[in-house]
Amino acid sequence: MDIPFDLLINAIVAGLLLGGFYAAVTAGVSISFGMLDIVNIAHPAFIILGSYIAYFININFGIDPIIVSLIMLPVFFTLGTLVYHVYYLSFERRGQESLRGLAFFFGLLFVTEVVLILVFGVDYRYVEARYIGPSLHFGMIDLPLRMLVPCLVALALFAAIELFITRTFTGRAIMAVSQDQLALQLMAADPIRIKRIAFGISIATAAVAGALLIIIQPVEPSVGREYIGRVFAICVLGGLGSMPGTLIAAVMLGVVESLTATFYGPSWAPAVAFGFLLLTLAFRPAGLLGR
Amino acid sequence: MNTTKFILAMIAAAAAVLAIAHWLNVDYFFFAAYTILQFIVLATAWNILGGYCGYVNFGSAAFFALGAYSSVALIKFDGAIDSWFPEGVASFLHHIFPLPIPVLIVIGSVVSGVVGFGMGYLTLRLRGAFFAIATLAMAVVLQTLVVNWDFVGGSRGAYIIRPDTLEVGSWQISYIEYLFVLMLILTMIALVTARTIERSQLGFGFATIRDDELAAEACGVPTLRLKLIATTLSGAFMGMAGAPFPYYIGYLQPASAFGLEYAVNSIAMPMIGGTTSWVGPLVGAILLGSAQQYATVTISSAVNLLIVGLMLVGFVIIAPNGLIGLVQERSRRRQS
Repeated sequence: MDIPFDLLINAIVAGLLLGGFYAAVTAGVSISFGMLDIVNIAHPAFIILGSYIAYFININFGIDPIIVSLIMLPVFFTLGTLVYHVYYLSFERRGQESLRGLAFFFGLLFVTEVVLILVFGVDYRYVEARYIGPSLHFGMIDLPLRMLVPCLVALALFAAIELFITRTFTGRAIMAVSQDQLALQLMAADPIRIKRIAFGISIATAAVAGALLIIIQPVEPSVGREYIGRVFAICVLGGLGSMPGTLIAAVMLGVVESLTATFYGPSWAPAVAFGFLLLTLAFRPAGLLGR
Repeated sequence: MNTTKFILAMIAAAAAVLAIAHWLNVDYFFFAAYTILQFIVLATAWNILGGYCGYVNFGSAAFFALGAYSSVALIKFDGAIDSWFPEGVASFLHHIFPLPIPVLIVIGSVVSGVVGFGMGYLTLRLRGAFFAIATLAMAVVLQTLVVNWDFVGGSRGAYIIRPDTLEVGSWQISYIEYLFVLMLILTMIALVTARTIERSQLGFGFATIRDDELAAEACGVPTLRLKLIATTLSGAFMGMAGAPFPYYIGYLQPASAFGLEYAVNSIAMPMIGGTTSWVGPLVGAILLGSAQQYATVTISSAVNLLIVGLMLVGFVIIAPNGLIGLVQERSRRRQS
């Protein structure tokens, strides 16, 4: 096949931008699944919820979606701590998290989706902002701002989380709880409190990721399903709980997906993530930078 | 009750259901009952892997759709015979095709069973949560393949023309009644198999995996082989439920065949009924299935999905062992 050079370059650049965005989407799952061992498959549903909140406020009050998402951070944080509290009381404490906990999150995913359908309908929704539309040009490379801005915000979010986890006391406690819960208890710290905070942060990232999502593409309630596979593929490929691994895997997936969409058609793109996931699970379950 | 008696009881129950249905002779009843029976099969199939072994499968819809689409492929193949083959071969093939639905069911369950086996082989060496995620992944991969496969209609979907009546000798029955009878038989097969597994060595092996896989392996239980048996059986039953579906629905498209509602229902029904016994999925499917039929007709189809989701979340929190668990607990309390 004869591949036009500028098409190839642009596909790779688009993939890099997409990858940055995927990193933000995955950051939350990297915390909940990678560090806390909570298989929160409802995470994409919270992201879509974030998208719809950004949409609703943007359309009615004209506030920029990214600013909306920053305002929503505490709300999502609280929501996350509440969800974790229910999860802890009903499953973790009884030691039933594997089967019923999964079913719980699956139900949560489904309920969120159906409620969004009932409230907003199944039409695609989009937001309005100044940076949607124009793009920067460098020679043959196009940089659409609607991809560039989310990518930069995503990277900033990602860096903030990484700094928080490695530099602050609470962040280090989260790392500790992911390694040895009992040891944390012996240090007179409450692992449940730490996990609640961590899960809250994980859900809070969904507010930002949701706003970024609706900037990049129009959103309808069932879009979240595509992201379940993507998010877990990145998380597993990067190595559970490894933030740098997550970033690398997200960029890899973004580039491969963008190349697939450009050269084989967008209808094949969803399969890429899942192909990645299945191959990783089958051949290198520890992931790229796994412990 | 031993297995022979149980089978006889099942046949009697099925005959009673059939007699009532035939006496009522309302098409809507057949349509509604078919859906409920289909959910009994799906829930029972899910429970073989999910309830007995403790491995959550989110890809029920994929196995179901696989069964449905293998039927569609064979039906389309029948239409393409004349243009694909020289006359001699074509006239020979016309003796075999179109295949009767029971054959389609066997083929559908074999296809899904093989995929279930492959899926299990790839992922079951990993921890439970990975398996669950991998099943979700597989559902999307298969959906993408079907969407891009034009022969079975691609994303546009495929029309399957259902004959009005079926003639068996001089006897004529309406086609929907025929489908209903088939599904009734499949339901019996699924329930009898599930109950037999539960009381056999296989079932005890499954239970050891559910309770403590590591300990089971240390005691010499061949866990990988048992899990492969479970994924294969579970997949095959889901494919079996899906195979007659194109004839039932008349128009099959990937978005509906791979719909999340199949995955949610086949998890919610055993969870609500109770996962440890074959009665659980049966009770759950009948309750939830009838409630959904009622809600679809009286309120709306989006609300009925909301009911399923809320019931699933509510039951796993409040009654982790389902309705069966509640009943057992009550009788235990009364005894003491």
